[in-house]
Amino acid sequence: MIEKRPGLTVLSHLVLILGVLIVAFPLYLTFVASTQSAAEIAQSVPMSMWPGSHALETYKTALFGGETSAGSRIPAAAPMMWVSLVSALVIAIGKIIISLLSAFAIVYFRFPLRNLVFWMIFVTLMLPVEVRIGPTYEVVSNLGMLNSYAGLTVPLIASATATFLFRQFFLTVPDELVEAARMDGAGPMRFFIDILLPLTRTSIAALFVIQFIYGWNQYLWPLLVTTNEDMYPVVMGIKRLIAGEAYTEWNVVMATAILAMLPPALVVILMQKWFVKGLVDTEK
Amino acid sequence: MLVAPQMAIVLVFFFWPAGQALYQSVLSQDAFGTSTEFVGLENFERLFADSTYLESFKTTAVFSLLVAFFGLSISLLLAVMADRVLKGAAIYKTLLIWPYAVAPVVAGVLWLFMFASPMGVIAFYLRSVGIEWNHLLDSGHAMTLIVVAAVWKQISYNFLFFLAGLQSIPKSLLEAAAIDGASPWHRFWTIVFPLLSPTTFFLLVINVVYAFFDTFGIVDATTQGGPGKDTAILVYKVYYDGFKALDMGGSAAQSVILMLIVVALTVVQFRFVEKKVQY
Repeated sequence: MIEKRPGLTVLSHLVLILGVLIVAFPLYLTFVASTQSAAEIAQSVPMSMWPGSHALETYKTALFGGETSAGSRIPAAAPMMWVSLVSALVIAIGKIIISLLSAFAIVYFRFPLRNLVFWMIFVTLMLPVEVRIGPTYEVVSNLGMLNSYAGLTVPLIASATATFLFRQFFLTVPDELVEAARMDGAGPMRFFIDILLPLTRTSIAALFVIQFIYGWNQYLWPLLVTTNEDMYPVVMGIKRLIAGEAYTEWNVVMATAILAMLPPALVVILMQKWFVKGLVDTEK
Repeated sequence: MLVAPQMAIVLVFFFWPAGQALYQSVLSQDAFGTSTEFVGLENFERLFADSTYLESFKTTAVFSLLVAFFGLSISLLLAVMADRVLKGAAIYKTLLIWPYAVAPVVAGVLWLFMFASPMGVIAFYLRSVGIEWNHLLDSGHAMTLIVVAAVWKQISYNFLFFLAGLQSIPKSLLEAAAIDGASPWHRFWTIVFPLLSPTTFFLLVINVVYAFFDTFGIVDATTQGGPGKDTAILVYKVYYDGFKALDMGGSAAQSVILMLIVVALTVVQFRFVEKKVQY
């Protein structure tokens, strides 16, 4: 604080509280809607702003599926959440492993075409999935990977950002460490596992948070490669619950939305320190 | 050997498809996909003669400018305020960052629920002040809806970067200005804002990229490009033309153009990072 201006401080708090309220309002409304019955939401205009008493049954319907009182069949969200979890974990961990390996190779080994490899990885930065959906879809379908975890995850695993992050980090590791390890008779893999990995722990944690969210929130790609209901991630399931606005069972939709938001939101809030570090690092 | 897995994926899922896109963009397929012929640049010519494609460009431009402008100004305001207060700064931060974790589709669904007539809460209050909200018919309303949802999701990201930028500004500069009698308002515009310009510029690029590519879920969940084609952003159109209208050649040509845009944006970003703009 540079000078005392109580008026301005009060104003700052007011603006912040207002901001927090506006940001949180959709979430609150979602939660309220998920605790009411479909009829309550449809009949009272505007809907009640206080939580209703149907939370348990709504969440049960959303999680395990079944018929609602209005007669529409709701697919279960629990298996979809499992699909989401598996693919998010595979994408996050897979990205970290292959990026660590290639960054290690690029920094510590001299091999033919090293520069070419580096640039090829670099160029993928410019090819986000959204840009090449059509052709990538064809490749995946030719390889017979539609409707499988492999199809959901493998095309998203290559990561230029992660490779660069690790490369930058490896470049800051002092050469003395390499020399010391060599004098003690450690081979390259030994050095990688015993010295480099422990040093990289914080970067790995940070990257994991970012990539987990990225994997969990994928929408366009699963929309293309899955046609079988067993392989839908939960984010896609929500979209399918909205048939037409008038007939949508909003309470179930909102319960599913809460379920879909919960895991990534928890990861962000519980691992806040790593999350902020990850965001700032990956964008450098 | 160590780079093998990464290279395999990069080659199979990045370069091959990109090559395919280039290749397909010069081919034309008949309705049943039985024969293809080489048509040169015809797909591109058709694309640029197509008024809906040009419209889609305009829509995307308007959309990304709106998202970038509102996203940046709101989060800058919040970040400046959060930088000022001492009490509760950590709590505000936690409460502001969680929307980052929300998937674009889910963000779209949340806002759709509030604006959906007849029972949407915001739609109801808008009606009571005389605005008949209907994003299914009114393209202005539809655009507002996707901009609001996109901005809401992006605030947390911008906020974190602005806050980090503000905290790296040396306090001595501000103290010196305060001693010289500059008001907080004056200090902000003459010292803080110029020093923050690298962050602002970086975020501008990121927000435009975000509006271009990551908002597919929001559009698909709320307006599906409608009414008509008034909110069909470029990525949505690639998807729609390729997978719904089955015009693979046209879709591939659009992919190629999108790639050019991304390359341009990346180059802009890297030129800037190398120069480290400082005023």
